[in-house]
Amino acid sequence: MASRQNLSHAFEIQGGDFGKAGCVSLEIKEILRDLGIDPAIVRRTAIAAYEAEMNVVMYADSATVMLRLNPQGIKIALDDKGPGIHDIELAMQEGYSTATDQMREMGFGAGMGLPNIKRNADLFELKSTIGKGTSYKIFIDLGSEEKT
Amino acid sequence: MTLKDVVEKLGLRVMTVKAALDPELTGAYAGDLLSDVMANARPGNLWITMQTHQNVLAVAQIKDLAAIVLVNGRKPDAETLQKADQENVTVLGTDEPAFRISGQLYRLLGEP
Ligand SMILES: Nc1ncnc2c1ncn2[C@@H]1O[C@H](COP(=O)(O)OP(=O)(O)OP(=O)(O)O)[C@@H](O)[C@H]1O
Ligand SMILES: [Mg+2]
Repeated sequence: MASRQNLSHAFEIQGGDFGKAGCVSLEIKEILRDLGIDPAIVRRTAIAAYEAEMNVVMYADSATVMLRLNPQGIKIALDDKGPGIHDIELAMQEGYSTATDQMREMGFGAGMGLPNIKRNADLFELKSTIGKGTSYKIFIDLGSEEKT
Repeated sequence: MTLKDVVEKLGLRVMTVKAALDPELTGAYAGDLLSDVMANARPGNLWITMQTHQNVLAVAQIKDLAAIVLVNGRKPDAETLQKADQENVTVLGTDEPAFRISGQLYRLLGEP
């Protein structure tokens, strides 16, 4: 098992790239799994990362993602360049989506991504500046029980 | 019941080359909305869907699903199949619609 102490990894996501969509979350999943972290916690982290990653692919231009791990927990900080979110409270509601018809045909746009992050993360903070971008902060407690 | 048992009993087509058929199934989930599957499928489930594009693979991998079953005789897109083989995701197919294959699976697997 590799050392869990203060690991950090950076990733990039390209908006609109459905071919690579999910790659960063899968990489994060693999890193955490290889560290021997509880599979349920790894899965919760990967689900939250995936929903954030897909939102960049669907709505933003690009993003940087930082994965940080310390003995307390797993932190994912995603900062995108993009249009931002006008009404965060509304965006957080299950069923709300601005996905295009084409995205909906592919099965995106259920408006469940942000609620999925909230459900799987122990802390989730979403901030946005219109015309600049959106930042996601996700924390998973390494001491916590499986939630879902 | 293992994936292999279900493939044999229901006559599912195995579409990927390297298909791991040994996993024990924990049940099944039917859905075409990816975030719904992300929320509600359980690890080890069989996923019944109409979606044939490559983005289904990441969902299966992240959720640790046993396999994807494409219904109504749908074929996976070329890049889906290629990537599935690379990433070791098992893709199956059936000519049955989702309702019928779900019913047959329910009879085999029972209440999850
Ligand atoms: N990074 C982002 N940049 C701009 N808008 C965003 C971003 N993330 C989310 N949104 C907005 O918030 C809405 C809700 O997001 P959420 O992930 O819950 O649902 P969705 O992406 O529309 O559908 P699903 O995730 O179920 O496929 C989106 O439709 C979009 O309008
Ligand atoms: Mg989303």
